[in-house]
Amino acid sequence: MRYALLVLGGPYSDQAAHSALRFAHAAIARGHSVDTVFFYHDGVHNAAHLAAPPQDEPHLVDAWRDLQRMHGTALQVCVAAALRRGLLDAREAERHGKSGASLEPPFELTGLGQLLDISQTHERLITFAP
Amino acid sequence: MSEITEVPHGDLLVMLRHAPHGGLWLREALDLALVGAAFGQSVSLLLMGDGVWALLQGQGPGPLGQKGSHSTFEMLEMYDIERLYIDSDSLEERGLIRDDLLLPVIEVPTSELSTVLAGHRQIFNF
Repeated sequence: MRYALLVLGGPYSDQAAHSALRFAHAAIARGHSVDTVFFYHDGVHNAAHLAAPPQDEPHLVDAWRDLQRMHGTALQVCVAAALRRGLLDAREAERHGKSGASLEPPFELTGLGQLLDISQTHERLITFAP
Repeated sequence: MSEITEVPHGDLLVMLRHAPHGGLWLREALDLALVGAAFGQSVSLLLMGDGVWALLQGQGPGPLGQKGSHSTFEMLEMYDIERLYIDSDSLEERGLIRDDLLLPVIEVPTSELSTVLAGHRQIFNF
């Protein structure tokens, strides 16, 4: 089964992101694929490049990056939701005159149309919300 | 009593479960509905739980400086989003009646919401 995940909860403040990651690993362990994770609403904070949690806690941003590196999962972030929450890639940072980027690859800014596209091109889209 | 007169159907059902103003749930859910409609999909909304407050008449954007969502609701018809289902039990629990609402709705009791969900290919739950 080709899964896509929609994450609506921020890291640490809600369980949604933890659950989504655990679901992704469990699905992959059973032979399914998780091709895309889309971050929307407060879920966009999962892409915060500057996140620096204490060392004895799980690093969720790194965990998403690892998922992409090991399994090729695309990490897509809604650009409108990201910009108003201060998550900008280098291009957006320059466009808005900001001194630095807070979102970096493999996370990619994209539009809501992409979320609708994902819902059509994957066999299942599972939502993880607070 | 259910007001469903035809089998609910559509590409996309966006469920609104949060009250307006306290967060971006409503705003970002409506954004997705509008994008879906702009992409030519047939979109319905379902208001349930505290989501029914979204349609209460007489709201303004208020002191937070947010845009509010009433103007978006008024645009829905232009986007061909015409089916607004509402959980009639959620309305009643909050002491609201149809006349309190900004737009015409299709009232569906909680026990029949599954019919609405089953009629849509994709569901987004906000």
